[in-house]
Amino acid sequence: MITNPTGRITQGQFSFLPDLTDEQISAQIKWALAHDWAVSIEYTDDPHPRNTYWEMFGLPMFDLKDPAAILMEINEARKTFPNHYIRVMAFNSTRGVESPAMSFIVNRPPNEPGFGLVREEGQGREIRYSFHSYATDKPEGERY
Amino acid sequence: MDSNGSGQITDAAERYKSGVIPYKKMGYWDADYVPKETDVIALFRLTPQPGVEPDEAAAAVAGESSTATWTVVWTDRLTAAELYRAKAYRVDLVPNTGPGTNNEAQYFAYIAYDLDLFEEGSIANLTASIIGNVFGFKAVKALRLEDMRLPVAYLKTFQGPATGIIVERERLDKFGRPILGATVKPKLGLSGRNYGRVVYEALKGGLDFTKDDENINSQPFMHWRDRFLYSMEAVNRASATTGEIKGHYLNVTAGTMEAMYERAEFAKSLGSVIVMIDLVIGYTAIQSMAKWARDNSMILHLHRAGHGTYTRQKNHGINFRVISKWMRMAGVDHIHAGTIVGKLEGDPNMVQGFYDILREPHNEMNLERGIFFDQPWASLKKVMPVASGGIHAGQMHQLIHYLGEDVVLQFGGGTIGHPMGVQAGATANRVALEAMIMARNEGRDYLNEGPQILDEAAKTCSPLRAALDTWKDITFNYASTDTPDFVPTTTGSI
Repeated sequence: MITNPTGRITQGQFSFLPDLTDEQISAQIKWALAHDWAVSIEYTDDPHPRNTYWEMFGLPMFDLKDPAAILMEINEARKTFPNHYIRVMAFNSTRGVESPAMSFIVNRPPNEPGFGLVREEGQGREIRYSFHSYATDKPEGERY
Repeated sequence: MDSNGSGQITDAAERYKSGVIPYKKMGYWDADYVPKETDVIALFRLTPQPGVEPDEAAAAVAGESSTATWTVVWTDRLTAAELYRAKAYRVDLVPNTGPGTNNEAQYFAYIAYDLDLFEEGSIANLTASIIGNVFGFKAVKALRLEDMRLPVAYLKTFQGPATGIIVERERLDKFGRPILGATVKPKLGLSGRNYGRVVYEALKGGLDFTKDDENINSQPFMHWRDRFLYSMEAVNRASATTGEIKGHYLNVTAGTMEAMYERAEFAKSLGSVIVMIDLVIGYTAIQSMAKWARDNSMILHLHRAGHGTYTRQKNHGINFRVISKWMRMAGVDHIHAGTIVGKLEGDPNMVQGFYDILREPHNEMNLERGIFFDQPWASLKKVMPVASGGIHAGQMHQLIHYLGEDVVLQFGGGTIGHPMGVQAGATANRVALEAMIMARNEGRDYLNEGPQILDEAAKTCSPLRAALDTWKDITFNYASTDTPDFVPTTTGSI
């Protein structure tokens, strides 16, 4: 059990709020589409803070402009990976940005074990830190 | 005596006769001058001494900030003096000053400088001319540098922000919302161990960053190594328990560059993502630290300590928009630029003008926001503005409305002063932020419905309820000292 106030991993835009309903997710998708951002779905069973590259559930949906169709894709991802972390991202291709503009979690495993902090003590009280994802003690595909 | 339409003496022998002649006659005023694309342009607010004509005062400023001295020198004739002389080319009476008003006459004076007057990549050199001798000059009663137009050719000689908003967000894995921070309080007196406690609680509670204050360096109650070690223990503990990248601005400000590099290297060795410096270390030291930050993948936070001594008075000093431009060139990633709603000085239009300068790829002239020139930024990265000082969760809708998404909102007292503790204070801020961003994205009229949106979010978050109740009536409504001088039409007046 993670001991932060939410009891879960707090990455993304809305992790401190109650889980988003389908209706709330649709509203966020509309915001992305209104800005001409491409919506993308990514999933992982290793939510390490520096695990940048979650698996892509298909390519970013550059040509899909229908929020209902995008929500269907999201629900498809949830059905396929019910115990993974799934996040919705939006990509802004404007010159000078060319980077994600949104990122929020829409699915989590029922039990989130979190991370251990590993300390390697050095000279002069210096410490090197790393994070150990408890879930990764099990092999890929067998976590959660 | 031969002279051209601008009053400059055209006969060379006459012009260079030993003695003292007015700056206008020396050639520092040219009403017909059309600035070149490569010229640096400075706009001064000028209060001439009684009896001094505004164009002569402007010529004097042009002279003293470029080639002139108080008397004619024949050695000018060994140089391409015409080119090197700055040219005052326009003076406008400032609206609501001068005859018929209660204010003594002030003028906006436009002065153009050839690019060859400046060394590439050196804020120190630029400022030694533009704000050098001239601010103590007797011919002007008061002088304020209001704005500058920096040519693309000159901007390209500067590194610009070490990291920039986009890359900072990618490194932090935080998108689509303002970044949240808090400055550790009390700013002086905590031991390293106690200090780290505040860092840990705030980050675990939901903030992205905590911050050293401007005057915490290495004092008897806490030497810098202790602060760095305990703060990084706190940062990493908080990351482990949230799964998020967290950071603490470790202030590396010190008495010498060598000491600053030593502290920055130590911060790097501990895995910090960010270090901080104070404006008072000086332009060259800032540029050196920006280069170090770029070389070491470090975000560089700048606390604008000291700026109020010269930015606040309207008739004398430097407008903060110019400091914003210089700091974008010098290469910092964060700079405190005002809150609009908090405890520190800041007219809404002026502050939004600073934010535009820091964040936009191109500024259009916008007199309402105090931006006098079109300013292309030549792909220099964007600086993340920081809003800090007297803000709290109950203002979240106003903060997002005025300041936008690319900003660090720093709630120091608004986190640490929370009745249920530091962690609860952080959670209140994070929940308020997420609820407001969600409402904005849903297309709600979040500015007007703000209090209602916060009340709804507080139903499932008792720390937010407590924050709203504690600070519900806290506002800082004082008249700004620095407001735009801008008349929408030629016949109107303020």
